Amino acid sequence: MNISVKLVKRRLLASAILLACWATPQASTRTAAAADLAAAAQTDGDIVIRRLNQEQYRRIIADVFGATITVGGRFEPEMRRDGLLSVGAGAVSVTASGMEDYDKIARGIASQVVSEPHRATLIPCVPKSATTADDACARQFLSAVGRLLYRRPLDDEELGSRVAIASSAAMQFKDFYAGLGTSLATLLVSPHFLFRDETAEPDPDHPGQFRLDGYSRASRLSFFLWNSAPDQALLASAGTGDIQTEKGWARQVDRMLASPRLKDGVRGFFEDMLGFDEFETLAKDAILFPKYSSKVALDAQEQALRTITDLLITRGGDYRDLFTTRKTFLTPFLASVYGIPLFDPDGGWRPYEFPDNDPRAGMLSQASFVALHAHPGRSSPTLRGKAIRQVILCQKVPDPPGNVNFTLVDDTKNPQYKTARERLTAHRSNPTCAGCHKIIDPIGLALEDFDSIGGFRTTENGVAIDTSGELDGMTFADAAGLGKAVHDDPAVPACVVTRTVSYGLGRALTKSDAEWTKVLQGDFAASGYRFPDLMRRIALSDAFYRVRPPQLGALPVGKAAFASDANTLGPIGSERGLP
Amino acid sequence: MIPLHRINRRAALRGMLGGAAVTVGLPFLDCFLNENGTALAATGTPLPVRFGTWFWGLGLNPGRWEPPAVGKISQVGPELQPIAAFKDKINVFSGMKAFLDGKPPTVHFSGAQAILAGAVPVGQFAAAPSIDVLIAEMIGTRTRFRSLEVACAGNPSHSQSRRSGTVMNPAEISPAALYTRIFGPEFKDPNAAEFIPEPAIMVRRSALSAVVEERKSFAKKLGANDRVRLDEYFTSLRELEQQLDLELQKPAPLEACTVPDKVGETPIGTEIEMVKTNHKLFAGLLAHALACGQTRVINVAFSDATSSLRKSGGQQTHHEYSHEEPIDPALGYQPTLTWFFGEIMQSFAVMLATLDGIREGDRSLLDRMLMMTGTDHGYAKLHSLENLPVLTAGGANGQFKTGIHCAAIGDTVARVGLTVQQAMGVAISSWGMGSNETAKPFGEVLA
Repeated sequence: MNISVKLVKRRLLASAILLACWATPQASTRTAAAADLAAAAQTDGDIVIRRLNQEQYRRIIADVFGATITVGGRFEPEMRRDGLLSVGAGAVSVTASGMEDYDKIARGIASQVVSEPHRATLIPCVPKSATTADDACARQFLSAVGRLLYRRPLDDEELGSRVAIASSAAMQFKDFYAGLGTSLATLLVSPHFLFRDETAEPDPDHPGQFRLDGYSRASRLSFFLWNSAPDQALLASAGTGDIQTEKGWARQVDRMLASPRLKDGVRGFFEDMLGFDEFETLAKDAILFPKYSSKVALDAQEQALRTITDLLITRGGDYRDLFTTRKTFLTPFLASVYGIPLFDPDGGWRPYEFPDNDPRAGMLSQASFVALHAHPGRSSPTLRGKAIRQVILCQKVPDPPGNVNFTLVDDTKNPQYKTARERLTAHRSNPTCAGCHKIIDPIGLALEDFDSIGGFRTTENGVAIDTSGELDGMTFADAAGLGKAVHDDPAVPACVVTRTVSYGLGRALTKSDAEWTKVLQGDFAASGYRFPDLMRRIALSDAFYRVRPPQLGALPVGKAAFASDANTLGPIGSERGLP
Repeated sequence: MIPLHRINRRAALRGMLGGAAVTVGLPFLDCFLNENGTALAATGTPLPVRFGTWFWGLGLNPGRWEPPAVGKISQVGPELQPIAAFKDKINVFSGMKAFLDGKPPTVHFSGAQAILAGAVPVGQFAAAPSIDVLIAEMIGTRTRFRSLEVACAGNPSHSQSRRSGTVMNPAEISPAALYTRIFGPEFKDPNAAEFIPEPAIMVRRSALSAVVEERKSFAKKLGANDRVRLDEYFTSLRELEQQLDLELQKPAPLEACTVPDKVGETPIGTEIEMVKTNHKLFAGLLAHALACGQTRVINVAFSDATSSLRKSGGQQTHHEYSHEEPIDPALGYQPTLTWFFGEIMQSFAVMLATLDGIREGDRSLLDRMLMMTGTDHGYAKLHSLENLPVLTAGGANGQFKTGIHCAAIGDTVARVGLTVQQAMGVAISSWGMGSNETAKPFGEVLA
């Protein structure tokens, strides 16, 4: 195959452009693998850029442009790593298809912002003429908005180039606002917006070590406590350096903890930890469960999050009580799934408390848990037991082994199992299976009163359901008993502490975090397991902002030699001018 | 002003926009190259080779899909009956396995990765890019979409197309949305009489340079891992720029290109009838996309590897049947599990028929492409990685002989991926990692 190459040099809105055209060298597979393994072996405190998740993106747009701007379009899937999407955010990038989507979303937002109904409130200045460029007004707008979107002031080059785009586009469209919108859209696809970049600076209090700089600290704090970008006050304190002082920093933390926006941060964390992203693709059989719909899925999540924020924030309660509380919130719609009569003329949320001896106690008995961890057609003690181990107790459950000899569990003589407990007999009795299943199934069997969508039942196929179960030696007779066993298990609060730290840092914890985490776990217990107190302690820890500067230098051995890399790395076509 | 359709393709577009001196050189589209990329086609349009993958979960029943003899396929096994009509256009590869080299197997993943990436994964993370990405790097760099991924069971993460362990090309789940993406407002019909480039596209194209420039501000301070991820971002940005470049061009006419009818919204989910309906719509859209030069690489995930397919009103999913349904002593296999295989293979037949139904010159679109299947296990009941079923369809524009059954008991399944890449013109002599690395293509199918 002949290779013809033309060098390309392209300038911004400029004259002659030459484009490279070459046939592609073959890619090598070994190299991408090496890069991945290097990525997996992240050492503690490394700075990692993290992609915004969908919720953060939407929240930032609402913060900056108001709630009337609609964000339409598709976001590419996130990745769960070490139990959290927040950690996976540091592993993903943006694919070509994702970039198309971000571009569409960005243009949609920009065109609304500059549209007639919005421009009066969102654009602080009026151009001298609406049919041509106005650099001063464009600069004023782009500088203010850019600072909020990038979580730091734009530098001269960034702002200069955006003003130039607004200007030339305005002249080409003969429309100031269309020009401004074009420029705004480029801010919204910028990696500085889509990725949370962090910068290290030497730590004056610990010579030789590094900490996040002011704007990076503001960002980390804001995404942790409010699940959004820093607001004006936080950015201002970063700008003056106030946030890097003991008092200034504490002031911001306390301000943010006292704000109603703390709910957003707490919700963001629990949505991640509890795996609610899986609701989006959760399937339930429409004939067996006609009551289930995407509305049920949404309400179920909302029920859980309201229960959580009510107990942890509003009532300042004990985290462990989440697994025993009978106080929750329902809509009539959700209540019908639970088989509870609940009247509300607006169909909205009302507090509801289950009676004292009702087995429906604690979050694990709610649809957001039992429906999420069940098959489309029936319940699953195995899925539920596994989820409790992994999500609530932070314990690893090994994968099923390959080449399991399932012929051992074939019982063609009596295949008519009526209840899940019977179906899982082989899991318990067969030594090949029991090794793992005996630490999973007995937990989930206590939840068998809840069918695949969370509806309450006492029989299955005409047979009474036995809900006795066991967790690490603690036995119980029903779901409420399971809730109490979980409440009493010291691994449970320890788990939420490690998850919260990991969520805030955006990475898995390592040996160097062990000391600090142990202290936090001790303090959590001493404070009565109050979650806002935990968040406060984390937000005020030096360790939360301690980083290693990136290990600069050569790329990992064997970078994938994709053809597209000729764009970015090789001598041919290196118009990007990489160092 | 020179009428646009008279402008030589190498000429720059000058002075188009209100007198502003803007000049954009046009990319040298390889639709002018013949299949070897060496020379301009004199007239008409050359017909390039295309590639595709088609993935389903849970494999097939051993002994029930393999053609009885090695060599020319005279008949297929009962589970491939739905595609028997295409026996002269397919190849069947049997007997091969995935080597784990001591790594714990990741169920429903290791086998699929061995087939499609030549390397078994580390836990949940792929160890190497998937074959479609490698081939798209070669043949897909100058089309509007480098590749198109679809998932028929409603989850974008069912895609098996990965650039790396952490970068997966997400799949489209809605045929209606895919229609709009390919044939909506941004579509430039190659056969349209008139072509009017939009000024707004040129403005957008220029504006993106500001984003490209921002690379410099990262480059100095990123760690090695983040550099790789930023590279990925900027590669994607480059592809967006290229899409805009192409929108500013009048594409060369393509005889086989017809614009399909608009596709309306359909229910999306894992219920088998929905999946089959959506698959059929996707097959049509993708075939038209290929014929209209919008892409050269397509990836179809009929379901996830674990196969969450189910029957309406059924208590169990396909996956649950694989582990729990007893083997019928009279039949010798699990009946409901196998029923699902029948549905899956019928859909594969629909895919093949759709591709074969488009005529390009003297051959069909299927003849001009190479489609490779992927699945996760040789015998799902046991999570087995032996005897992984792999099929190919299509003759890759004559580069691939078809109608042949190759058996290679105990060899790494990566031999198929190696063979396929060589047929597609990737200049490699070996492929795969660890004990799955192989330098032995199936010579009997290479032209």
